[in-house]
Amino acid sequence: MSALAPVARKVEAGERLTEADALALFGSDDLLALGELASLANGRQNGERVFFNVNRHINPTNICVNRCRFCAFSRTVGEPGAYAFSAEEVLARAAEAEAAGATELHLVGGLHPELTLAWYAELLAALRAAHPRLHLKGFTAVEIDHLARLAGESPQAVLETLAGVGLGSLPGGGAEILAEETRHRICPEKISGARWLEIVETAHRLGLRSNATMLYGHVESRKDRVEHLRLLRALQDRTGGFQAFIPLAFQPRHSELARGAATTGCDDLKTLAVGRLYLDNFAHVKAYWVMLGEKIAQVSLHFGVDDLDGTVVEEKIAHDAGATSREALSREDLEALIREAGKVPVERDTLYRPVGGGR
Amino acid sequence: MTGGGRLTRDDALALLRDEPLLALGRKADAVRQRLHPGGMVTFVVDRNINYTNVCVCQCRFCAFYRPPGHAEGYVLAREAIFAKIRELVAQGGTQVLMQGGLHPDLPIEWFESLFRAMKAEFPGVQNHSLSPAEIVHLAGVSGITVDECLGRLQTAGLDSVPGGGAEVLVDEVRREISPNKIGWQAWARVMEAAHRRGMPTTATLMFGATETDRELVEHLFRVRDLQDRTGGFTAFIPWTFQPSRTELGRTLGVRPAGAVRYLRVLALARLVLDNVANLQASWVTQGEKVAQVALRFGANDLGGTMLEENVVAATGVSFQLPQGRILELIRDAGFWAAQRTTTYRVVREFPAAPSGGGARVG
Repeated sequence: MSALAPVARKVEAGERLTEADALALFGSDDLLALGELASLANGRQNGERVFFNVNRHINPTNICVNRCRFCAFSRTVGEPGAYAFSAEEVLARAAEAEAAGATELHLVGGLHPELTLAWYAELLAALRAAHPRLHLKGFTAVEIDHLARLAGESPQAVLETLAGVGLGSLPGGGAEILAEETRHRICPEKISGARWLEIVETAHRLGLRSNATMLYGHVESRKDRVEHLRLLRALQDRTGGFQAFIPLAFQPRHSELARGAATTGCDDLKTLAVGRLYLDNFAHVKAYWVMLGEKIAQVSLHFGVDDLDGTVVEEKIAHDAGATSREALSREDLEALIREAGKVPVERDTLYRPVGGGR
Repeated sequence: MTGGGRLTRDDALALLRDEPLLALGRKADAVRQRLHPGGMVTFVVDRNINYTNVCVCQCRFCAFYRPPGHAEGYVLAREAIFAKIRELVAQGGTQVLMQGGLHPDLPIEWFESLFRAMKAEFPGVQNHSLSPAEIVHLAGVSGITVDECLGRLQTAGLDSVPGGGAEVLVDEVRREISPNKIGWQAWARVMEAAHRRGMPTTATLMFGATETDRELVEHLFRVRDLQDRTGGFTAFIPWTFQPSRTELGRTLGVRPAGAVRYLRVLALARLVLDNVANLQASWVTQGEKVAQVALRFGANDLGGTMLEENVVAATGVSFQLPQGRILELIRDAGFWAAQRTTTYRVVREFPAAPSGGGARVG
């Protein structure tokens, strides 16, 4: 505890942590102290409430012009296993989702060389027409950049077009590690960290909220993680557009970037806790159970986490990488996990408004 | 703990129900640190050998057994058992845990002859075998007393007895989940008899099926009371009921106990069992992530590498944990690792690495 005492005093006083503080937290083995501090910070914002939503992931295509080394999902055109849903296939999944009580569609896919902005705009318009109550959360900054290139337009124009036909918010993917040197090692073809931040900032300025992810547990250093957090916090200071921070545990099993080992439980909890403590301007920290597993996701509710993500239903990206979690959790599963942890489950919509008056 | 006094059942119940998770963890961590100063976390290189899956007991939480006469029933031949032990020895293993169903036709002579041959062939391997239910059954099949049965097995080479089959040591619960298995007092009598003969044992707890909080606490106190009399328990090992593919899972429709419940019970066990030196984390039921975190909730041991495990795997829950990964997990949690024997004698120390998170120190 002694090594953490100066940081603890800041947290108790509600003072902002420095990058050196974040590094000290990552370097500490006092897991329970980290949990206590993160719980203190989380409790101030969220009390005992833990959010989840009923959502459905739709990954419209796994065809991708990038070849990120940590990814086991992407395929080239014509490669065995490559797929691209038709608009009808996406709409059928959306109908299933709404029938199952979903409030959100999470649309994220590969950078397909032929699926243009016009195609996606038409898709969103059809989704909105058929399901006006489903919030459409889709397109990482990386996909926005890709659509902009294909269309010869600016990211801002792409975002405006998509928002105009129903896009409600952006997920947080594609951030990976924003520290450029490490980013270049793990995903050399992907847009730079600076470009990711620029597009997200543009989205926020247009009134589109987003999340922010961080892919950890591969080759990055602790300094890389802290640099990533620093860039997110600085952007959030400018825009306030981020809703949740979502650390994503690297899944080594089927990835080219095999460090060999999955993240450890202690590292998962630490990373969530440090995120909660350093990102004082984020309202929410989410444990993405698909990658962490249900068990650590549940324990993390005592390490600063206030959001267990959603029911998900059909997840391909993490499972192609070897995630062994289930593909879907029911509303009852999520509520039971939260209650057993001694917390109060709150079903939310994408924008963190309570849904349904406790069905 | 509370002013040095021992916890009462009411104290324990209050802790289990009301103490915040991290506060409970802190208390347990402090006890762990007092009992095991220096940050050593141990593991044993072992192999479970399930000599038969034929079982007359038919516990409702079990997915492993086959009733007598079933086409999938088996009894391992001695050659097959020895081949497994040879593999274990080649990997530096020190412990064989032979456990099986309650086979109606295997008499004590079968075990005596097997154990004698094992000791002759593998003198360096600890024979840590047969749960109390098997010993009571074997005594019955052979028409001898439990104590005589234990004595003959010990003479033949049985070194220690694992603590399986304890489930919850409350007969109301046992009647519901394992109606044909020995009652709690019979379990305790076998353990006490083993301890009196100088054979150490462990004690387990399987929770998360139908027991109440109070019954769970009662289990801990029954183990503590017995330990006060004999001092023969080397370790306590709580794990969770795995409902899938079991009759109990089908009829109860219970959700498996979650990781938070597991950590709470583990920490409580550390606090109540002030007279049991070691507490094992169960990666077999919890997975490596929670087992690692458990090292901050009172556990000081990661159990066995388990070259082979069949009983939990039969429920569809199957984790694997090679030794290299055990070392990584221990270091990553801020401890240093040592390989131990069944009786917690250190056979190999692994030097401490710089404390680490998952990330490279940059």
